[in-house]
Amino acid sequence: MTVSLRLPHALVPYARGSSTLAVEAPCATVGEALATVAARWPAVTDRILTEQGVVRRHVNVFVGNESIRFLDGLATPLSHGDTITIVAAVSGG
Amino acid sequence: MPTRHPPGTVLVLVGTTKGAFILSSSAERGEWTVDGPHFPGQSVYAVAYDERGGRTRTLMASWSNHWGSTIRLSDDDGATWTGPERQAVRFPESSGLALAQVWQIAPGYADEPGVVWAGVEPAALFKSSDGGESWAAVDGLLQHEHRPRWMPGGGGLCLHTIVRDPVNRDRMGIAISTAGFYRTDDGGATWQARNQGVRAVFLPNKYPEFGQCVHKVVSHPARPERLFLQNHWGLYRSDNWGDDWQDIANGVPSDFGFAMQMHPHDPDTVYIVPIQSDEFRVVPDARMRVYRTRDAGASWHALTDGLPQHDAFECVLRDAMAADACERAGLYVGTRGGKVFASADEGDSWRTIADALPPVCCVKTAVVGAR
Repeated sequence: MTVSLRLPHALVPYARGSSTLAVEAPCATVGEALATVAARWPAVTDRILTEQGVVRRHVNVFVGNESIRFLDGLATPLSHGDTITIVAAVSGG
Repeated sequence: MPTRHPPGTVLVLVGTTKGAFILSSSAERGEWTVDGPHFPGQSVYAVAYDERGGRTRTLMASWSNHWGSTIRLSDDDGATWTGPERQAVRFPESSGLALAQVWQIAPGYADEPGVVWAGVEPAALFKSSDGGESWAAVDGLLQHEHRPRWMPGGGGLCLHTIVRDPVNRDRMGIAISTAGFYRTDDGGATWQARNQGVRAVFLPNKYPEFGQCVHKVVSHPARPERLFLQNHWGLYRSDNWGDDWQDIANGVPSDFGFAMQMHPHDPDTVYIVPIQSDEFRVVPDARMRVYRTRDAGASWHALTDGLPQHDAFECVLRDAMAADACERAGLYVGTRGGKVFASADEGDSWRTIADALPPVCCVKTAVVGAR
């Protein structure tokens, strides 16, 4: 099973220049996919999740075109070929 | 790219809501060079400069609204920044807590060059033993029985102040908004609330054991048992390391305020910037006045020469005032309006050395090679 993780510009340096990471492992959910990414790219997932494994407040995670906030969060199921996209929320001052 | 600063250079490290700036000058402190922003777009609430152990290390905590908070390190005066790619300040999973912000970075004693302390939000104290590269929470405070009853202030539940005793190394004080002042006498294993006499105007019980909104505490190494405290309404002194506190708001236009700074050479001299009120957080009468006591709080006098005295709707946050260690001490005050005012004569006269920075969160100083 392969899914893709697309990163925003700010996180690309933490993946040694890659803007898309291929996750080639059995991962049934978004949380499992991020855990797989964390094993190789922990600096990437540190910016997406807090140390308690919760998606940071101003980070949005999409599967396809839908935010996981409106699906099942990190338990959102994945299918082969899905794309997870990390987006900085529209926030700031 | 900045050049390395020669010995004797006076540095003013300014953290703002949009990045950090390093201002530098010769010992005369006449002309200033502004370098920055470092970490553009990120808030910097805590900075430190550390010359122990044969290195010259600048530490800054940069906070991204999106990606979290990280303590960054530079050993070349900000030309390059390193630091662990992983978030090094991490709460243990068992705590259920997650780092929101780093509010204070405080190097340890001179003969323990690896030790650095960090105060963070949610309120906790972290210790590094390798110069700021890795960190561990101080368990005695993390597990404190009062923790479930601490309440966040307007800035969050933050541990923003670290006070050490130059003689008794097992003793340390910390201040938390909103929990009050706590002291350990056993190297951090246990912590006791030390708020007797400090008001909590926003609580039904005005003098609780803890729950005060302490904004800043300072002390002088020559008189370590004596502390000065700027409260959320209230100005206090303790002569017994916080066992009890006396009101010293003598002749100030308001005893509300955030910033408080000790004179580096005189244990009787302290500086504050009174603020109108908690509902109108600007300097009273829109006049920018730093107040100075030279008699440990028996009297306070306004310092105004060179500071704007009309239409100055400025606020100075709790960590945005600092003093340098020059023979005639310099004072530096950063405002939410993005100005940095400087005095090279202990506050007698002032000039503006930065006029349009982003809102200033913190100011720290160093004299290169002074240690």
